[in-house]
Amino acid sequence: MPSFSNRSLPPRLADLEQEIKGYAKEMGLDFYEVIFELLTYDEVNMVAAYGGYPNRYPHWRHGMQYEQLSKGYEYGLSKIYEMVINNDPTYAYLLESNPEVDQKLVMAHVYGHGDFFKNNFSFAHTNRKMMDEMANHATRVRRWIDRIGIEPIEDFIDRCLSLENLIDYHAPYIKRGPSHVPAGEVEDERIRGLKSDREYMSKFINPPEYLAALQQKQDEERNRKRRFPERPERDVLAFLLENAPLEPWEQEILAIIREEAYYFAPQGQTKIMNEGWASFAHTTIMTTRALRDSEVIDYADHHAGTVSMRPGSINPYKIGLELYRDIEDRWNKGKFGKEWDDCDDMAERQRWDKQLGLGRQKIFEVRKHYNDVTFIDEFLTPEFCLEHKLFVYGYNDKHQAWEILSRDFKGIKEKLLHQLTNFGQPIIEVVDANWDNRSELMLVHKHDGVDLKIDDARFTLMNVQSLWRRPVNLFTRVEGKSVILRFDGKEHSDRKAEL
Amino acid sequence: MTIKIKQDHARFKDIVRGKIKQNLRRFIQKGEMVGKKGKEFITIPLPTIDIPHFRYGPKQQGGVGQGEGEVGQILAPGEEQPGDGEGKAGQGEGQHILEVDVSFDELAEILGEELELPRIEPKGSERIVTERIKYTGVNTTGPESLRHFKRTYKQALRRQIASGTYNPDRPVIIPYREDRRYRSWKVTPVPESNAVIVYIMDVSGSMGDEQKEIVRIESFWIDTWLRKQYKGVATRYIIHDAVAREVDRETFFHTRESGGTMISSAYRLAADIIDHEYPPHAWNTYVFHFSDGDNWSADDTRLCVDVVRERMLPKVNLFAYGQVESPYGSGQFIKDLRENFQEDERVALSEIADKDAIYTSIKDFLGKGK
Repeated sequence: MPSFSNRSLPPRLADLEQEIKGYAKEMGLDFYEVIFELLTYDEVNMVAAYGGYPNRYPHWRHGMQYEQLSKGYEYGLSKIYEMVINNDPTYAYLLESNPEVDQKLVMAHVYGHGDFFKNNFSFAHTNRKMMDEMANHATRVRRWIDRIGIEPIEDFIDRCLSLENLIDYHAPYIKRGPSHVPAGEVEDERIRGLKSDREYMSKFINPPEYLAALQQKQDEERNRKRRFPERPERDVLAFLLENAPLEPWEQEILAIIREEAYYFAPQGQTKIMNEGWASFAHTTIMTTRALRDSEVIDYADHHAGTVSMRPGSINPYKIGLELYRDIEDRWNKGKFGKEWDDCDDMAERQRWDKQLGLGRQKIFEVRKHYNDVTFIDEFLTPEFCLEHKLFVYGYNDKHQAWEILSRDFKGIKEKLLHQLTNFGQPIIEVVDANWDNRSELMLVHKHDGVDLKIDDARFTLMNVQSLWRRPVNLFTRVEGKSVILRFDGKEHSDRKAEL
Repeated sequence: MTIKIKQDHARFKDIVRGKIKQNLRRFIQKGEMVGKKGKEFITIPLPTIDIPHFRYGPKQQGGVGQGEGEVGQILAPGEEQPGDGEGKAGQGEGQHILEVDVSFDELAEILGEELELPRIEPKGSERIVTERIKYTGVNTTGPESLRHFKRTYKQALRRQIASGTYNPDRPVIIPYREDRRYRSWKVTPVPESNAVIVYIMDVSGSMGDEQKEIVRIESFWIDTWLRKQYKGVATRYIIHDAVAREVDRETFFHTRESGGTMISSAYRLAADIIDHEYPPHAWNTYVFHFSDGDNWSADDTRLCVDVVRERMLPKVNLFAYGQVESPYGSGQFIKDLRENFQEDERVALSEIADKDAIYTSIKDFLGKGK
């Protein structure tokens, strides 16, 4: 689907495209067809504001993105070099005003992304026709706006977006049975007591108080059994979609938001790997093949800009790239396996080289089978943290400032993994949709040592409530104490609690 | 395409301006873009609306960074800090951030545009007029120091060619007295406007670090804006608790005293300075006073009102009072001023609840183009 005025690249860039594509194939990259389009900076900002798509449902948030991007560009603070969409064919955008050397760099980088999208397991379940799907979503939302008006639709989208991170990132890999037992299957069983042929005896054989108590016990048991959902449900959006009393248009919009959230999820789960891989592709292609003598300085300058680390933050381009290089080097030299692990002699470790030459093959495997969490878990080494001066920072209440807490390997790894797990978001599950037998919703925050931001949690709870329409509760821990936050539609209340 | 994003953009701006969707106003954050000027970090206002999510409390979370530094070292301001590290799933894939300098002039432009501040019109007809010298041409007479060598030799060459004494094989040119040319100049009167800003701050015990930070940021923007408007800007700083004294900028922002508050003392000192050094026919005068609004007594407040009415207002473009909220102040003073000067065009009053309110406060102060 052509996104703009169907402009093909000018001849010069088309030649470069062919050239770079050749190098990319030569390097072993494997991608869907890549369609490059040349855009002005304003168009780039627009597309970027829509998350990379030429067409997206209308919402003020895209306008906000656009404002930020265009301001950043106009004031010379930032500029988007490239954008690429996970789609088949893969779409990528080039900024019209970029010099030729940058265009080559971007193309090489884009082929890296294209290869990653096609091959990394996280993207296996993504919709490769998302470009069309996004356009469909836009049409459907517009249709509802025409019918109902922009205010209610946009308000509802606001609320859905507030919940968009409540999905189960593992869901695409899980095969499920029917989500719950259909209603009506459990028939009402009355307690009848012992059989007796003699009517006058029954009062003695089956004392009514006893029967009543038995009946109550059974009812309770059944209620407990029919707890719904049967297992905690992490895909809160799906749960609301199936069980909240939503209007048809609300259901449709919530489904759209959920679908897009799932589509973008793998990109969030592989940020370091994906950017690292694309950077690895562009450095390899540029420095070994594509670069001309006259372009070296500009290339070095722009590449340095891409992978520069600002103090106190992590640049996924840099960390990813360096980790791939580190892995390639280690597998080339045989710095892995039992023998390597057992070696304590620093000097020997330094000059270790078994000349295995397995590096390139290894990183191609890595880019296929890992995501950020498993990547860091398996390949981050103490040497790497030392060389790249990584540290853990945290907030010091006494000094009211952020400060460096530690340079200890274990701490760094733990912190990184925590940041990356579930996308750096707390895990929230629906555990009961009939809490207290009053159709109230009970959510549980699976506390992992870090508290929620409570004021935000309250506002979010209000949004859940507006979809569920009955009171909603959130079980969490605040400063070590268990508490249930509750919003009943009118006001908030908290109480100490154990589940 | 264009129309699509324009609609979303317009909608966003309308929300920020409070024209639609009041429910989102509480989520508007004074976002900022960080630029760098020398060693100082400066920020460009950029409102964002932060949709609430279930998320971690940022202060407990921390993160991993990279760079030099000992354990325990504080990360300098301007360095990336966590907070709303809410990853937008894959949006804006591959944005490469480049940092560049922004000049103060540009900043002021941006500020003006953002806050929709009108240009300030220098007041009164009696502007200062300075003379500016401009070299406009050449003359046959003049002082030797202004001799125009190129034109002189050109003239000599012309004469030699005309008289047939020029030999291309031996190109020697000797200027005579009448060949000499001199730069000539014109004096043009340039109207110029000067401004003086008098900052007054309450440094009594109830003005804490956070309150001062607000004053510092706000005065930075006021300075930046007024410097854009005027050629020469002088600044004076007065601090006061029960007594007032004039100090330098450094002291102004870093003094903390305890004890009572007599605002009139500062107003009198300011009026004295203006009387002696900044006559109103030559200067555009701005007075900014920041306090938490706790004055010693109603008597002193009456005195303040008198000084403002009689000694300041006739001479200043703007008397601005910013009341910074503090947990201790009663906040009475702004009510007293409001009672007395509600209608006066030359008085601007603003309540500044927290850092986020600086933005609107600057608009309160400078918005009318005073």
